[in-house]
Amino acid sequence: MSGLDWLSAIFLLVGAAFFLAGTVGLLRFPDVYTRLHALAKADNLGLGCIVIGLLFQADSLAAALKLVLVWLLALAASATVSFLVAHRAWRRGIAPWRADEPGIRRHDES
Amino acid sequence: MNLAFDLLLIAALLWSAGRALTTPDLFRAVVLFIVFGLLMALAWARLDAPDIALAEAAIGAGLTGALLLDALGHLRGPVRRKSGLIAPSTVMSSEGAGPPAFPTYFLNGLAIVLAVALGLALAGALLLLPEPAISLPREVAAAMDASGVAHPVTAVLLNFRGYDTLLEVAVLWLALLGVLAVAGGRAPGRAPVTPRSARASLKVPRLLARVLAPLALLVAGYLLWAGAHQPGGAFQAGAVLAAAAVLLNLAGLLPGGATPRWVLRAGLGFGLLVFLAVAAAVMGQGVLLQYPPAWAGALIMLIETGLTLSIGLTLAGLFLALSGASRQ
Amino acid sequence: MTMDLSALNQLLAVFLLANLVLALWRVTRGPTPADRLLAALLFGTTGVALLLLLAHAGGGMALVDVALVFALLAAITGTAFSLRAWRREEDDERP
Repeated sequence: MSGLDWLSAIFLLVGAAFFLAGTVGLLRFPDVYTRLHALAKADNLGLGCIVIGLLFQADSLAAALKLVLVWLLALAASATVSFLVAHRAWRRGIAPWRADEPGIRRHDES
Repeated sequence: MNLAFDLLLIAALLWSAGRALTTPDLFRAVVLFIVFGLLMALAWARLDAPDIALAEAAIGAGLTGALLLDALGHLRGPVRRKSGLIAPSTVMSSEGAGPPAFPTYFLNGLAIVLAVALGLALAGALLLLPEPAISLPREVAAAMDASGVAHPVTAVLLNFRGYDTLLEVAVLWLALLGVLAVAGGRAPGRAPVTPRSARASLKVPRLLARVLAPLALLVAGYLLWAGAHQPGGAFQAGAVLAAAAVLLNLAGLLPGGATPRWVLRAGLGFGLLVFLAVAAAVMGQGVLLQYPPAWAGALIMLIETGLTLSIGLTLAGLFLALSGASRQ
Repeated sequence: MTMDLSALNQLLAVFLLANLVLALWRVTRGPTPADRLLAALLFGTTGVALLLLLAHAGGGMALVDVALVFALLAAITGTAFSLRAWRREEDDERP
């Protein structure tokens, strides 16, 4: 493999690692706010690194720009939805998890 | 490696479909259905059907989820009793349903038996199919030169089997008429009035909608143009347009309403009318919707442009006719 | 050369899909509707990455367009959830 291929492979692997981190966070973190934080890693860095990795494999400038556009759109969606979900959760009275007050979470659910 | 991917995909598809049908909690069912749609798009991608994957992506990500979640909001919202839009008896909820009575068990058992019988009959019919006398893919490939487009799927949908598409568009249009009838002729709504505290949280989606709506227009135009030589086309483009309308409505920038004014009505019928007009104009060719080869490309593009507009308006109408109805 | 990368793309696609299947657990577990929705959102992003990888593993560049549509419309489900499904009128009355 050439140098560029190695670069591509490294970025792809790093991206996959961030997706794994996102899933682990989604499964292991204690409340909705921390899980949102984990999810953002997958959205921003996971997809971002995969896109960078694939840029090295792109055939043309147009194809490369399209990949970057996909990532930018995903970023905008992720930021907006994270804000909206966290905002709504806060308004519904879901208290953020604290290490010293383990009993405070999950007090309002439907 | 591909086999591993496909097996995982099939397992996830079956699991999410099964859980979406059996879970008692409506919200969980909706989320599972959204997940199922995403997996379905991946399945179409793996099946080498990017045209359908595109449609599934646009419909699944842009319309179905929003439609179901909005409906859920109506079912759960406290305003539903005031508005009288939904009779309380039709509101389903996971809690409060006692153990099913005897007729329910009987009917469920009967339904299962009938479903299994139908499944076996269909499987049998599929296995007993005779060998096709002609190879359709070969026929299509042979006729591509006369079709006016370079993408086989578009050639089939709008040239070789154009009448199928014509009728499908009419069906979609009738579905919207049905929704409008149920919506009950509400006046064209104003943008939903939102309390001041909620307006702050609307700023962010508004900004996003203002950025994404022009981009969606661009992508829809791209898909329409792409349809002539690669996966894309009127349906996918229309679905993207409709999704943009849904996003604008969610952000409070586009009012809902169930009585379209005449401009909107004209837009809804435009695609179908163009299609019919072309069909009538080429009647002289002897076969329904057979275009003169020299004109085929231009006529297909004309029909597809009209259809994009009308399909976009129709799909958007399915959401807008009832969305946020109780909050106006 | 590109053979190797194509195989890597494919391998990573399987890895990401397995990742998704694990995340499905959060849909059933909850506990709040938002938690369930988060899994669906992760599905959206991972779906985009998967489609991009499949496109570069011999699936055809049309799959990049599918990913583009996914990314363009990714915000709609989450927005509909927080503005329409997961709200109560009294939430907006609070200061």
